[in-house]
Amino acid sequence: MFAEILPLLTKALGETVYMVAVSMIIATIIGVPLGVLLHTTAKGQILENVVVNQTVGSVVNAVRSIPFIILMVAIIPLTRLIVGSAIGTTAAIVPLVIASIPFIGRQVETSLKEVPAGLVEAALSMGATPLQIISKVLLPEAMPGIVSQLTTVIIALVGESAMAGAIGGGGLGDLAIRYGYQRFRPEVMLATVVVLIVLVQLVQLVGNTIAKHLDKR
Amino acid sequence: MIKLIGIEKIYDSAAGKVHALKGIDLHIARGEIYGIIGLSGAGKSTLVRCINMLERPTAGKVFVDGQDMTALTESELRQARKSIGMIFQHFNLLSSATVYENIAFPLKLSGTDDTTIRKKVSPLLELVGLSDKANQYPAQLSGGQKQRVGIARALANRPKVLLCDEATSALDPQTTKSILDLIRVINETMSLTVVVITHEMQVIKELCDKVAVISDGVIAERGSVLEVFTNPRHDITKEFISVLLSNELPAAFRGNEISQDRTHGSLLLLRLIFLGERADDPVLAEMIRTCKGLECTMLFGNLDEIHGVPFGRFIIGLSGEDEAINGALNFLSGRDVRVEVIGYVRRNPAAVD
Repeated sequence: MFAEILPLLTKALGETVYMVAVSMIIATIIGVPLGVLLHTTAKGQILENVVVNQTVGSVVNAVRSIPFIILMVAIIPLTRLIVGSAIGTTAAIVPLVIASIPFIGRQVETSLKEVPAGLVEAALSMGATPLQIISKVLLPEAMPGIVSQLTTVIIALVGESAMAGAIGGGGLGDLAIRYGYQRFRPEVMLATVVVLIVLVQLVQLVGNTIAKHLDKR
Repeated sequence: MIKLIGIEKIYDSAAGKVHALKGIDLHIARGEIYGIIGLSGAGKSTLVRCINMLERPTAGKVFVDGQDMTALTESELRQARKSIGMIFQHFNLLSSATVYENIAFPLKLSGTDDTTIRKKVSPLLELVGLSDKANQYPAQLSGGQKQRVGIARALANRPKVLLCDEATSALDPQTTKSILDLIRVINETMSLTVVVITHEMQVIKELCDKVAVISDGVIAERGSVLEVFTNPRHDITKEFISVLLSNELPAAFRGNEISQDRTHGSLLLLRLIFLGERADDPVLAEMIRTCKGLECTMLFGNLDEIHGVPFGRFIIGLSGEDEAINGALNFLSGRDVRVEVIGYVRRNPAAVD
């Protein structure tokens, strides 16, 4: 019986890792600059701009307030436009990315807020440009925090990708629902849960290790 | 080197407008170590930030090395800031960078190549005595070492001016002394103009050539450190100085009524200040010899030095016939000594000092 589930599990795990990894990479590329924008345009910061800050902040809040399962369905037309189909593992990446960008943005903003204002002031006193302050002061100093926060995002993505599986995205969530729930195979359900637990533990462990390594404080 | 003209700074805060600086004029000559002392909230930190435009004054002009800082564009200002080093109370070092990388940071900002950076950072490490710590992170250093890194970093661009914002306020007295010594050394060897912000009179006394006392957004008093120390005029200055030089009466007299008229069994207390080479003249011995029938008791004495100028403070008690006492006052007024008559005070009978 185990021999029968194993290929299913490996395939599903592969799909989950694929969805999470690709979504995470794209969302990070957009989300980190978003977080920087949220932080640096806030009052008293180097690129203070209340209009930009509040506009971007509202959009971020709006997207974050939509439950993932609804967001997934609501943006089907967009998904179809981007990947040509609304079903499948790749199609699941679109809602995952869109849900993760504002999440990462807020998380990065939180980490950047932890950087002592004195460091920015010191860099300004040395004639640093805003871009230099972002790349050489804010991001390196906040990096341990950002890594921890991104770890949290990855774990959230694992959960959301399971939901995406429910609408034909494949992955561990899909496996658990189709085999474990719809075909009354509790052992498949259990195996999926175990794999998910191990996966999350692993992500957390790696995240913690990297964050600790980066933290020189 | 630095000229501040009519500096005003008004903040908008939740509690309304705060008038932090109210028309400050200040001239700091090249190579001078200029101290600005004030209580927290007096506006001294705002004032020093007006020099490099970290705070833009609401009104007034700031000239550094002849350049009008208030008229510069953002990019000109960034360039100008490179010739103004700054060190901070909490050091503000990058925790994610090593000592070497921290010192190299301002050079990196200017796009200096690695070979040149190495050539510039090594002597700085040596200057601040941290050559063996180059690859450590700030968290592994003591407070004094962190400030040394801060100083080396501030000097990396070879600035003309060094601004010190409460640079020793987070350090213990021993470490403070070594940092002050280091600042004096770099002031002399690099002919750097130094502006020191502090709330500690000790720092002013040990380091500065000139001092401005700032209180409630205005300069209450200014002058050479010696002048201000030996002849403070403003109450706030006297208060700062009293931390170092106690103005209290000796214990045997403390708390007793001071009267301007002679009462039975009281002594006329005088505070004497000797300055310069006169500090060791035998003035008192001569006074006793000249004024027959005068009894003179030494109650307190302290000889100090400010920038190599001896500075003595004494409290003496006089008794004897009126004639003898008046003679003594006359004698002292003709000598190079500052006399402050405290008054007639009775000795506390319980005191046995």
